[in-house]
Amino acid sequence: MIYSIRRDHSRFRNIVKGIIKQDLKKYITHGEMIGKKGKDLVTIPVPQIEIPRFRFGSGQQDGVGQGEGEVGDPIGQGEEGEEGDQPGSGQKASDKAGEHVLDVELTLQELAEILGQELQLPKIEPRGHKTLKAKADKYTSIASQGPHSLRHFKRTFKNALRRQIASGTYDPDRPVIVPIPSDFKYRSWKTDVKHENSAVIIYMMDVSGSMGDEQKEIVRTEAFWINTWLKSQYKGIETRYIIHDAVAREVDEDTFYRTRESGGTLISSAYKLCEKIIETDYPPSEWNIYPFHFSDGDNWSGEDTKLCMEILTQSLLQQVNAFCYGQVESRYGSGQFYKDLVEQFGTESEDVLLSRIESKDGILQSIKDFLGKGK
Amino acid sequence: MVSYGFESSDLLPELVPIRDRIEKIARSYGLDFFDTIFEMIDYDQMNAFAAFGGFPVRYPHWRFGMDYDQLSKGYEFGLQKIYEMVINTSPAYAYLMKSNAMVDQKTVMAHVYGHVDFFKNNVWFSKTNRKMLDTMANHAVRIRSYMEDLGEDTVEQLLDLALSLEHLIDPNLPFLEKPNRLPENIDDSGAPDRTLARFKNERPYMEDFINPPAYLAEQQRISIDEQSKTKKIPEEPTLDVFGFLIQHAPLKDWERSVLSMVRDEAYYFVPQVQTKIMNEGWASYWHSKIMTEHVLDASEIIDFCDHHAGTLATQPGRLNPYKLGIELFRDIEDRWNRGAFGKEYDECDNLVEKAKWDRKTGLGRAKIFEVRKVCNDVTFIDQYITPEFVDRYKFYHYGLNRKTNQYEILDRDFKTIKERLLTQLTHRGQPYIYVVDANFENQSELLLKHKHLGSDLDPKWMIETLRSIASLWRRPVSISTIMEGQPKLFRVGYKSGRPDEVSEKPVSEQI
Repeated sequence: MIYSIRRDHSRFRNIVKGIIKQDLKKYITHGEMIGKKGKDLVTIPVPQIEIPRFRFGSGQQDGVGQGEGEVGDPIGQGEEGEEGDQPGSGQKASDKAGEHVLDVELTLQELAEILGQELQLPKIEPRGHKTLKAKADKYTSIASQGPHSLRHFKRTFKNALRRQIASGTYDPDRPVIVPIPSDFKYRSWKTDVKHENSAVIIYMMDVSGSMGDEQKEIVRTEAFWINTWLKSQYKGIETRYIIHDAVAREVDEDTFYRTRESGGTLISSAYKLCEKIIETDYPPSEWNIYPFHFSDGDNWSGEDTKLCMEILTQSLLQQVNAFCYGQVESRYGSGQFYKDLVEQFGTESEDVLLSRIESKDGILQSIKDFLGKGK
Repeated sequence: MVSYGFESSDLLPELVPIRDRIEKIARSYGLDFFDTIFEMIDYDQMNAFAAFGGFPVRYPHWRFGMDYDQLSKGYEFGLQKIYEMVINTSPAYAYLMKSNAMVDQKTVMAHVYGHVDFFKNNVWFSKTNRKMLDTMANHAVRIRSYMEDLGEDTVEQLLDLALSLEHLIDPNLPFLEKPNRLPENIDDSGAPDRTLARFKNERPYMEDFINPPAYLAEQQRISIDEQSKTKKIPEEPTLDVFGFLIQHAPLKDWERSVLSMVRDEAYYFVPQVQTKIMNEGWASYWHSKIMTEHVLDASEIIDFCDHHAGTLATQPGRLNPYKLGIELFRDIEDRWNRGAFGKEYDECDNLVEKAKWDRKTGLGRAKIFEVRKVCNDVTFIDQYITPEFVDRYKFYHYGLNRKTNQYEILDRDFKTIKERLLTQLTHRGQPYIYVVDANFENQSELLLKHKHLGSDLDPKWMIETLRSIASLWRRPVSISTIMEGQPKLFRVGYKSGRPDEVSEKPVSEQI
């Protein structure tokens, strides 16, 4: 039995991953990626393969429910887009245990594990010499000398008992155990050396006029997942945010996502600021550094692009684990900067990871582009 | 039992006397069930069995893996957990989760006896195969051996197509006089001789009078008419599209055999879908009665209440079959106990009097036993739901507010609610699809018809399903339906061994 469900399960997983039966790919529903909800809790969709069947369209948007409430009270959110299953279909005739997408509440740690599993992300290998060593003492050991306050009563008693039985002085009728100094055992400590890796993510985003709400939504979602993954890999991760149009400035997270500027774009301004932040706060010998830059690919001039390449090759790339550039496709952008980067570094570069994000559906692939190399 | 190669264990020794006691109490109430064998399994097996529709062995197919994936994730993330599972066979098998607390095991056992009583006595189950455990295992063996001979992919490809047909069966077929079995082969050698009969005539000059040409012509016409009439396949539109394809599509023997097995299994599950509300309501009614009146230990009351309440919990916009079922059974029992039914009661329009109505008839228990025997969900709701019931248990009708993109409570109107409930349940919530003509346009194309009862088909999935059917029929397949008020004919072509392009045309009237 177990054998056969394992076989069916791995077959299903392989179809979802696109390894076998490509013809079913069009029936796979992924749902959408969702961000943080409350504290540490998110909703994650479960992949499904829809079997073609005659079914009713979404024209019928009503149903019957049970519970309190006045007429007009909302009971649930409508579906976005057209793919949605009718949420109120409740008692839907089905011979199977639920064909609905599950809402699963997870902690971020579990989420990162799933992400890693789904995308087959390699564990990140921190750069060796950049590990900070932290020492911690733990009382897990036993010693034969020590202060009286730390004596280990049970061990001492056992030792004394053993000695008395061995020497024949133990009398079961009068079981008095008297420890002598050599019986005494004390709790003692061991020093644990912990290798703590510290990492910083520096997000840079182009907020010039051409980046619309949709593009920002993509950046936000992607940044959330990248954070989640890197947090699972490093203790004590820090994040810094830079926005730029023609000038760059450092902002907090909230501003990062909300700001919309207009005007020109000088990418070099952001790179310069990034360089400065690293220089002041994150000595590369102690930190794993991940700059992520999101833009729609428009830069003001070829001159500025040249300057960017210079900063990258001469300074930034020497200091960071990997430089990631994500280009969010927008109607207005020319996408030139991606091409420039490809020209300079090629698509297979180990240090400069490039990704183009066409739409929300492209986020997964893009995360894989960035994190799939285990840098 | 036969070993199915999984590790389950018999009931824990301390559960045996409890089971015996619960069984005795259940019988004392008049519940009448098959022998029920309880097995203890762990959560992973529970998920696996549930994915297999309750059976320990099914044929290999990824969709079981898909269900297992969902169930396992749901369990691991603490979202859901299957307490109980029972299969409709004789003897019945029921599974208890090893890790459950004692109070849960007791509740589940009481619940299971309710289900098995229902399986055994409800008329909609009267035609189901009670040896399904063996049948499923046999199917698995046969499909596996086809896979060994022909390759996994080939057989799986066919199973994928078969799944598109699972709902295209006629739930009433098992109850028709004609047996549910398909004829072995189609043989028309017994068709009547169509050469025209003439009267015997030895005098040639009399020929025109004895066999007048006009009459002969007329006979000829009638004969051809009849011929074309009997040639029409199917004679009457049939809901059993699945069976029709097995019988008439140009299939190889192994294909026919695989499809027949999938179809048999689909028929087996029909009554469970048709009686979900009743079945769960009935089982919950009895577990609640047996537990609270007999079996519960004082220390277990809180846990029992917690889990019972969990089972009956409602979510906005969802209907809980357990809750609706148990409440309606209790309401029926109460009404028949008070005599709150019939002409006199119905015609009374004094609400106060109606609420206090008590003729001390005491027929409640007998009535619910009768209901559990003859009803299915549709008739259960249709006959027994009352405005008072809808009001007391706070049913509402909701709909989508397009402005806010939110579902909102629209009203609490009895008529609308009942109508919506029935629509939801009719034909198991599936569209009515018939095979109308196997020789459409005189081109051996297949014509299906969707009986439109107010809801359009989803066009995308309709086309995908037609493609699956065309792959089996190996000729173009059309469907006549109504889309946005306009009768239409959709056609999926078939060319060089695979479904081809899609076309649609409006028609003046649904064919």
